[in-house]
Amino acid sequence: MIEIQEVTKSYGGTAVVDRVSLTLPSGGLTSIIGPNGAGKSTLLSIVSRLMPMDTGKVLVDGLDVSRAAGDVLARRLSIMRQDNHITARLSVRDLVAFGRYPYSKGRLTAADAEHIDRSIAYLGLEPYQNRFLDELSGGQRQRAFIAMVLCQDTDYMLFDEPLNNLDIKHAVETMKLLRRLADDFAKTVVVVLHDINFASAYSDRIVAMQGGRLAFEGPPQDMIVPSRLQAIFDVDCRVHAVGDTRLVNYFD
Amino acid sequence: MRPVLFAIPVVLLLAAVSVFTGVGSLASSDDGRGWLLVVESRLPRTLALMLAGAGLAVSGTIMQMLARNRFVEPSTAGTAESAALGMLLAMLIAPNLPVAGKMAFAALTALAGTALFLQILRRVPLRSALMVPLIGLMLGGVVNAVTTFIAYRYDLMQSMGAWMSGDFSVVLRGRYELLWIGFALTLVAYATAARFTVIGMGEAIARNVGLDYDKVVTLGLAIVSMVTATVVATVGMIPFLGLVVPNIVSLILGDNLRRTLPVIAISGAGLVLACDIIGRIVIAPYEVPVGTVMGVIGSLVFLHLLLSRRSHAG
Repeated sequence: MIEIQEVTKSYGGTAVVDRVSLTLPSGGLTSIIGPNGAGKSTLLSIVSRLMPMDTGKVLVDGLDVSRAAGDVLARRLSIMRQDNHITARLSVRDLVAFGRYPYSKGRLTAADAEHIDRSIAYLGLEPYQNRFLDELSGGQRQRAFIAMVLCQDTDYMLFDEPLNNLDIKHAVETMKLLRRLADDFAKTVVVVLHDINFASAYSDRIVAMQGGRLAFEGPPQDMIVPSRLQAIFDVDCRVHAVGDTRLVNYFD
Repeated sequence: MRPVLFAIPVVLLLAAVSVFTGVGSLASSDDGRGWLLVVESRLPRTLALMLAGAGLAVSGTIMQMLARNRFVEPSTAGTAESAALGMLLAMLIAPNLPVAGKMAFAALTALAGTALFLQILRRVPLRSALMVPLIGLMLGGVVNAVTTFIAYRYDLMQSMGAWMSGDFSVVLRGRYELLWIGFALTLVAYATAARFTVIGMGEAIARNVGLDYDKVVTLGLAIVSMVTATVVATVGMIPFLGLVVPNIVSLILGDNLRRTLPVIAISGAGLVLACDIIGRIVIAPYEVPVGTVMGVIGSLVFLHLLLSRRSHAG
């Protein structure tokens, strides 16, 4: 369980995250949606201790993220951001292997090697595992980073806009993969998403933010309704039920 | 492991050539003067070259990981200039301090200068990778101007020249041993290599895998500053070395430093040996300082890297 208690973060007097309190239960896939500047990515960075908060507290299974030792938390929670600009020129296998860093500190054991093999196989990266990252396509590189966090094997896995810059095929593949992490591996997956329909189709829970505040939260059927979407995004839209999924049409 | 096995004999061969290159003859001596020449001058020079080369190449690599930029090394980030300023200040404030003490002071100023560089990088919005060395060169220029001003005032321009341009012709037994400190730090860098690779993956990924980011940056800065200070204090700065060697090794073998750092250290030693041999041969019996030879070769390789990288990226 991730407990976010009264978290605030300001830049130059403007609160980017404003007194947000939120509890994310273990298991399932939670999407965080909201307009640009709503504070989604900032909140995710605070939860994963990449960014300090001004006031408030975040507990991951009771572990205070601003006090816990780095490697202890790194065995419990991982985050993948979308701007993975890496200076170090690494092969796919080396990158994935660094997912074991919290456990092995760079000296890999046989058990680590097994984890690495499994993660690479799970993402279908075997043919490229000895290639350098800068020799891969965008979609392959994205999968390599997901393999790295999978290899880190944490209960909580956070993804900040993982669908950015991906074509529709790779976006769907990535979302299905995150869904499987929750279903097959019983991981708690939290994803910041821009596309409401992706959030609607793949989430167990949707959290909506606006202006640094928590606006609404609930299951997709409660969240994907015109009145709420209008309030969150300030866009007129209609919602259609297609099978079990509610899809949003905001084009007219 | 194969690249290391290939590089070691090449470097040993260069070292042998280096020992046997020079004006004085080693063979013609009667009362063991040849031996004296080897022990007092030739061997110390060869060792100094290898230690400085290995240390600077490894320092360049670490700096590139810390600054997350391929064009950074001690002479493009203000590190060497700050070390020279430290040497000058130590000379003025405590002229009787032994060289080791002055070097320690230079290491502190180098640390401050490099930390300042990294702070500037954090604050300036970087629109291009080339901005980073540009900022470093400007910072180095400012520090250098201050040093020059003071040196001019106190008639110490000659010392300053000795710190800023590498010259191994002055190396004798008893005058280069500080470089072994730099070598010890190079070994520390190897022992902690995985951390620097993680740093090179960026702050977010480093924190994500639980690395104490600030601590590792501090360790890296300390290593780089000390190594640079030992080189500046004993033989003088060798520009471009920390740029050329890591970039070429990275192009071929990548940046998993646990694997590549030995290759980088050995190649750095080899390249400095080669440059020094060239410098000793071209206008024999006179010498071209190794810094000058390295400057020519280094800037050509650097230019090639820039151009080929662009076509690679495009």
